[in-house]
Order: sequence, then C-alpha cells, then structure tokens
Amino acid sequence: MQIMNFEKPIDFMRFRKPALMLSVFVMLMCVVSLATNKLNFGLDFTGGTLIEVGFEQPADLTKLRSVLDSNGYDDAVVQLYGSSRDVVIRLGVREDVKAETLGDQVLSVLREGTGQNIDMRRIEFVGASVGDNLAEQGGLAMLTVLICILVYVSFRFEWRFAVGAVVALFHDVLLTLGLFSVLGLEFDLTVLAALLAVIGYSLNDTIVVSDRIRENFRKVRDEETGQIINISLTQTLGRTFITSLTTIIVLLALFFKGGALIHGFATALLFGVFIGTYSSIYIASSLALTLGVSKEDLIPEVIEKEGADQEEMMP
Amino acid sequence: MLNKYPLWKTLMVLFIVAISALYAAPNLYGEDPAVQISGLRGFVASETTKANVESTLKENQIEYMNAEFEKDQVLVRFKNTEDQLRARDLLDEKIGEEYSVALNLTPATPDWLAAVGGAPMKLGLDLSGGVSFLMEVNMNEAILKAENGMVGDFRTDLRGEKIRYKGVKRTDNGIEIRLRNAEDLDAAETFLSRRYRDFIFDENSDDLTLTAIMTEQKLKETREYALQQNITIIRNRVNELGVAEPLVQRQGQKHIVIELPGIQDTAKAKKILNATATIEFRMVDTDGDLNAALSGRVPASSQLLNQRDTNRPILLKKRVMLTGDHIVDAKSGFDEYSRPQVNITLDSPGGSKFSNATKNNIGKPMAVVFIEYKPTGRVDAEGNTIFEKVEEVISAPTIQARLGKSFRITGAGSQAEAHDLALLLRAGALIAPIQIVEERTVGPSLGAENVQLGLQAIVIGFIAVCIFMVIYYRAFGIVADVALTVNLIMIIGVMSMIPGATLTLPGMAGIVLTVGMAVDANVLIFERIREELRNGKSVQQAIHQGYDAAYSTILDANITTLIAAFVLFAVGTGPIKGFAVTLSIGIITSMFTAILLTRTIVNGVWGGRRLEKLPI
Repeated sequence: MQIMNFEKPIDFMRFRKPALMLSVFVMLMCVVSLATNKLNFGLDFTGGTLIEVGFEQPADLTKLRSVLDSNGYDDAVVQLYGSSRDVVIRLGVREDVKAETLGDQVLSVLREGTGQNIDMRRIEFVGASVGDNLAEQGGLAMLTVLICILVYVSFRFEWRFAVGAVVALFHDVLLTLGLFSVLGLEFDLTVLAALLAVIGYSLNDTIVVSDRIRENFRKVRDEETGQIINISLTQTLGRTFITSLTTIIVLLALFFKGGALIHGFATALLFGVFIGTYSSIYIASSLALTLGVSKEDLIPEVIEKEGADQEEMMP
Repeated sequence: MLNKYPLWKTLMVLFIVAISALYAAPNLYGEDPAVQISGLRGFVASETTKANVESTLKENQIEYMNAEFEKDQVLVRFKNTEDQLRARDLLDEKIGEEYSVALNLTPATPDWLAAVGGAPMKLGLDLSGGVSFLMEVNMNEAILKAENGMVGDFRTDLRGEKIRYKGVKRTDNGIEIRLRNAEDLDAAETFLSRRYRDFIFDENSDDLTLTAIMTEQKLKETREYALQQNITIIRNRVNELGVAEPLVQRQGQKHIVIELPGIQDTAKAKKILNATATIEFRMVDTDGDLNAALSGRVPASSQLLNQRDTNRPILLKKRVMLTGDHIVDAKSGFDEYSRPQVNITLDSPGGSKFSNATKNNIGKPMAVVFIEYKPTGRVDAEGNTIFEKVEEVISAPTIQARLGKSFRITGAGSQAEAHDLALLLRAGALIAPIQIVEERTVGPSLGAENVQLGLQAIVIGFIAVCIFMVIYYRAFGIVADVALTVNLIMIIGVMSMIPGATLTLPGMAGIVLTVGMAVDANVLIFERIREELRNGKSVQQAIHQGYDAAYSTILDANITTLIAAFVLFAVGTGPIKGFAVTLSIGIITSMFTAILLTRTIVNGVWGGRRLEKLPI
C-alpha cells in the first residue's frame, strides 16, 4: 500500500512567502497572547500546595468549596480531575501556616466536613523559591538545547541549514507555548518535558529533509535550488506522513488512555507534531533557501559517498 | 554477495537481543511482600539476627517463605501481606530498639536470574507511591554561625598576642575589630592576616577598625560543609524511619532530596526529619554507688543511664559540661598506636568552657551522651505523634589532660565504631537549619493507577502502530513490528540493568513516544527501498541502497534528539529525569533494532537471492 507517491515534484516553495508571512503572523499572535494572557503556570513553577483526593461517590464540588470556605481556605481552587470521583484542590503560597503541614490539614478538614471516606491520592507542596528556580532552569535548558543543535547542524551540514533548523525549533516552541497560553492550559513540568520532546521530533523531521536536500544537490544537475528543495520535500513526503501518523497514533493512545497527569504532555506533543512537520518544510527549508543556500555550499571538494566514513559500522 | 551477513554478525545481533531479553525477564515475575531488618546505630544485623527472627516467627506461627541474610540486612519474604504486617508488628515489638524493621516489596526474581544480576526496573515514586521531600539548607545561618565562631577566635588570639582591642563583633559587612590606636591596628592586621589566610582583612585607619570577610574559597567551604553535614544527619534520621530503600541525595548547591517509597504517614516522616538530636558531655559519677542507684537510690545530682554498646547502666552527674552545638567537626582516625580514635573540634566558646571544665578532672572518666527525640508510635488526643526523649551513653573515655578546642576520644572500640561515633557527634550538631521546600506525596492507589494507565497507553499505541505497519508495508511491516517488539524488550532490559534508572510516569510516556518514533527509521529505510525499486534498481540493489542511504539520515536525526534528551537529563529532576532516561535509551536501542536487527532479518529472508519483487 502506498499513499504518497507523486510522479512530479510538488511546488512547495511556491507558497513559501505566504507561508512565511502566516508563520510570522501566528508567532506575533503567540507573543501577544503570552504577554497578555500569560501562561497558566502549574504548581511546579508558581509554588503552593495541591491536594488530589478520591471519593467513593461522585464528588459534590459545591459542598467541598463551602467546607473549605468555612475553614478559612477561601482561596482554594477546587476542580474535578480526570473523573467525577477525583478532585484537585489548589492553594496558593501562604504566610500564616507552615506550608509543609497544609496538605494534611486540608485533608483532615475535608474528612471531617464531608463525613466521607476520602482517599489521599497525592499531595504536592512546592516552595515559591523552588518554582522560580525551575522556570529559570527550564529556560536555560531550552537555550542550551538550541545552541547545541545549532553547533551540531552547522558542523554536519551548513550554517544556513543550522539557522533554518533552529529558527524552526524556536517557531515550534513559541507556537506550542502560544497554544497553552490561548487555551489557558496548565503549563507544568511534564509540558516542559514535552516541549523538549517536540524539539527532538521537529528536528528529526528537519534533519531528514535537509539530508535529502544535500543529497540532491550532489545528484541532481541543472536544477535551481528552489526546485531541488521541492524535489527533496516530495521525496520525503511519504516518510514524513507515515512517521507523523504513527507518532500521532501513539500520542492519541496517551491522550485518551494515559490519565489526567499526562494530558498536558500529550496535548503539547500532539500539537508539536503538526507544527514540527509544517516547520521543517516552511521554516527550515524555506529559510535556508532565503538565506541563499546553493549547490556550491554543500558539495565538498572531494565528493565522497554519504556516510562513507561510517562504512565499518554499516549494517 | 549482496545482502548476506556473515554468520558471526547474525549471531552477535541475536546475542545482544538474548541478553536484553534475559535482563528484561525479571520484570515478568511480580513482587513478594517482605520485611527488611537492618541494624540501627551500633547494631549490625547478622546470621544470628536471622536465626533469631526465624525462631520468633516460628514461635508465633507466622508463615514465611524464606529468610536471607545479605549486605547487613535480613530479608524475610511472605506469601501474603497479612502475614507480612503481622510479622512487622511482632518484630518491631521484639527487636525494634536495635533494628529497623521495614515493610518492603521484594522482586520475586528466580534464583538463576538473580545469580546473573537480573532485577526488575525500579519504579519512581509516582508509580510506587511514597513521599519525596526537597529540603533547603539555610546557608545564611551557616555562614552566620561560622562568623560568630570566629568572633571568639579573634578575641582569644588578640588577647594571646597582647594586642588590646575595644571590641570584636559580627556585622553585616563581616567581622569588625575596633582597636585603640594605629600601632595596635597595624599589629592586629599583620598578626591576623598571617594566621587566618582564608579571611580578607581590610584596614580602616580613620576609625581604627579592621574588618575581616571570608574569602570566596572559605565561603564555599563553609556552605559545602553545612550541606554535607546536614545530609549525614538526614541520612541517620531516615534510617531511623524504617523505610525500605530510602534515597538521600544532594541536589545542587543547597538542596537535599529525600525519597521515601511506600511511606504512608508523611506527618511522622516530616517530624522526624525536622527532629533534633544532640550530644552532651557529662562527668561520670565515680563517688556514687552504682548498686544503690540500681535499686532506686540515685543521688540527687546524678542520673542513671544505659551504655549503648554494652547495654550496662552507668551513673552520671546531671551537670552538663558541654553541649553538642559547640562541636564544629568530628573525624575518626587512628592514634600513634594505631588504635581507633575520634578527633573533635569545638568552636572557641566551647573550647574555653571545656578547658575549664576538664582541668580539675584529669584521670577521671567522662561520658558522651547522645540525646534523641524518637517517635513512640503512639499519638496524643490531637493525633500528633508523641516523642520520647532517649538518652544513651555512647562512650565513656577517661580524661587524659586538660582539654581545649580540639581533642580526641579513644577507647571507642573498633574502627567502625569510631567512625559511627564521629558521625553521631557530627549529627548531633546541626550547623545550619533545614526546611522542607517541596513535598510530593503519591498515594499507593494513584501509583498503581498510574502504572496501569501507562501500560495501557503503551499496549494500545504499540498494537495500533504494529497493525498499521503490516497494512502499509506488508511483509516488511512484520519485520518492523519484530524490531519494535525487540526494541520494547531492550528498553526494559537496559532500564533493568542500569542501577540508577528509574521508571516514572513521564518515563512511560517516553516509551510510548519511542514506540511511535522508533518506526521512523524503518519508514525511512522502507520508503527508500521502494524509491529505489521505482527507479528500476534490482531487488538486491534496492535493499542495499535503501539501507545505505537512510543510514546517515537516521544517525543525524537521532543524535540531535539525543542532545535534547541529554540536556533534559542534566536540568530535570525526578520524573522528568525518568523521561530523559527512557527517551535516550529508546533512541539508542531503536537504532540497533531498526537498522541492524531488521537488516539481519531482511538479509536472512530476502538477501542474496534472485527475486523479481519484494513484499514491501
């Protein structure tokens, strides 16, 4: 069975300029949303206390709220989590109570107030300073990844591809952040991990495409750069499609079956896979073209077979 | 011949697969409920302990599967959790004073697998349930304490040098020494800066003050020391908790991570972590009558205490010569006759206090008392754990000479005991206060649910991808599916082999993601083979070229993803590290299975034969 089999190369680069404009526009929207809506940072970043409890019957949120209210926890945010029997209670950083005992206190208040058998599922307490630290570390991690990749791709390919790849990654990260900001989804540690995985995935795609472009620069004569990129993109389209599909299949399994804790992770990655595929075509490749990548840049003086230096490791 | 592997290569691939499968196998056998008994403080579990435990269990007719003694621990396995709980309560009552009795789940790995080092994967707290704490050491306090100690030192030294000073005090800008005239200022500067090389001295001749601030090096050392010392204390306390396989680890410059798997009573854990233990030096009451005291007539100024090692009572004076918070350092070593000893360093007020207290007691025995607040296991009306003050004499050496700021204790027994004593002495003196800044508790029900959800996602994702691959690539799809299956086995095998690797919920997500992305390499290769076939290459040429051309692409793509995974590992903590680990392992194993393994199969089935077409 084959789906993506084209006789003639598709003229991807024709839509290069509108696509670039669209990307810039969407990126700007994301920046605006991040500036105004901000990110809904999770407990990992903001600090505070989170208590997840399980009930035997579907939980009565109004009652829970009134119980908490009457015991002085009026800032508590009470939400269902995953199912109607699971409730998450969030409390901000407090000055008056020793935060490390807050979780147990709330739990006993709930047990008394509702008179029900409540199962403690999870208590998390994060100090404010820890959260700040994490946000800083997370940002630093992103930056480190981008720089390492810039160096590696420049070394293996050419700087124009490296710039294209890194801008594409930046685009993916920004758009995913934008999505979380626009929809107000919670941004926690697992989402940060997903973001780095998005970088990995999108990069995978970009490298495969760039590799083909490099190969075709050597093989295909008498074609202009834009056309070579089109040929390469068409040739790799089948692979891009199938890999995205299998990845999306497993991510859907994760999204629907992985439980509430992993929801944000799956959401970020699902979105990231789409964006990553798009960006390897319309950001990475088209940027390399705009920056003026040409045959001469990629054909080494002594033409060697690709991967020839790895002959011994060859399967 | 094209597309034929030499036999050794095929065998090597099969060998690697077999090894991974072997080490993945322990994960198939569940876990047995067990009780783990390990010695506390001076006590070490031994074969005797094991025999003792076994006879106690037999006497009380508690059935157990087997008991083992290994690595200073006795491990007893049970058929069910009911027996396990009964045994724990019983043993805790009988030998709980000397040994920590902890509930544990021990892998039911068959002996032949355990013999080659096979063990199942370790589960993270989010899967096994338990509590993790992040504690922060208050470094400002540590520095403050060190500076306060120096104030006394400076005073003593200046007095010793007969340099007259108006005052020495600690300020926010360092230690300020005020002097009377310019000559004294110069003299003090010359003397102190030579003596204390880890301080920077700043002379101000206008108001005749000398300011001392710690060098960067000294500040760093002070912080490092405070952290290390707190880790030692926490480790001791955690051992007291009776938790199987606890983890105490430093994280960064001022944090300590504590992971307690399976613990339910987090309130108790927190109390113990925050609890205090301290040391006191007191004189032995040599005039009092021990026998009279034993029969109840204890002199008013004395107290009867137990000695830890011999468990024999000893009569002590109530007056405390020195408290443990003056101890700055304690190290074990050997004296000139290579007998074990403990070297103790006091801060300056402690030094002069001790010197005064000991000068008239040369030749008399002194006692080192270890005081600890231990949870009794009972709770008061408000549900708070009741603590019990436990005082024990850990050593009763004879004072050989007038003691000062640093002295040594001999007669502590073996080298191991000297080491323990040093540890306890250090543990008694908290240099810097610690505070819980992060806590994560996962209930056992949520942990089990997470495992189930994660497994479900992996299985569903895996089956869906397998079906898709067969539909799309037919026979080659089956080859890819074999590779995918082996890849999963290898991830589990490698995870089980690496001691530090822990499976977390994000880690399981990482495995799911790897399942989706691992086929990428095969997709690249298969698409390439199809392309070559379309371009009119022969079957064997197409296979050869397909693998060849896809190889460097796969390598580049995977290396870049590995870079991201490594950075994630470096900055991440706990569950996120788990994700980075599974992702990295998955990338590496998938390169092996997707390239080498599939090639072995493809070569074996289709390679080197005359074929008109391929089932791809």
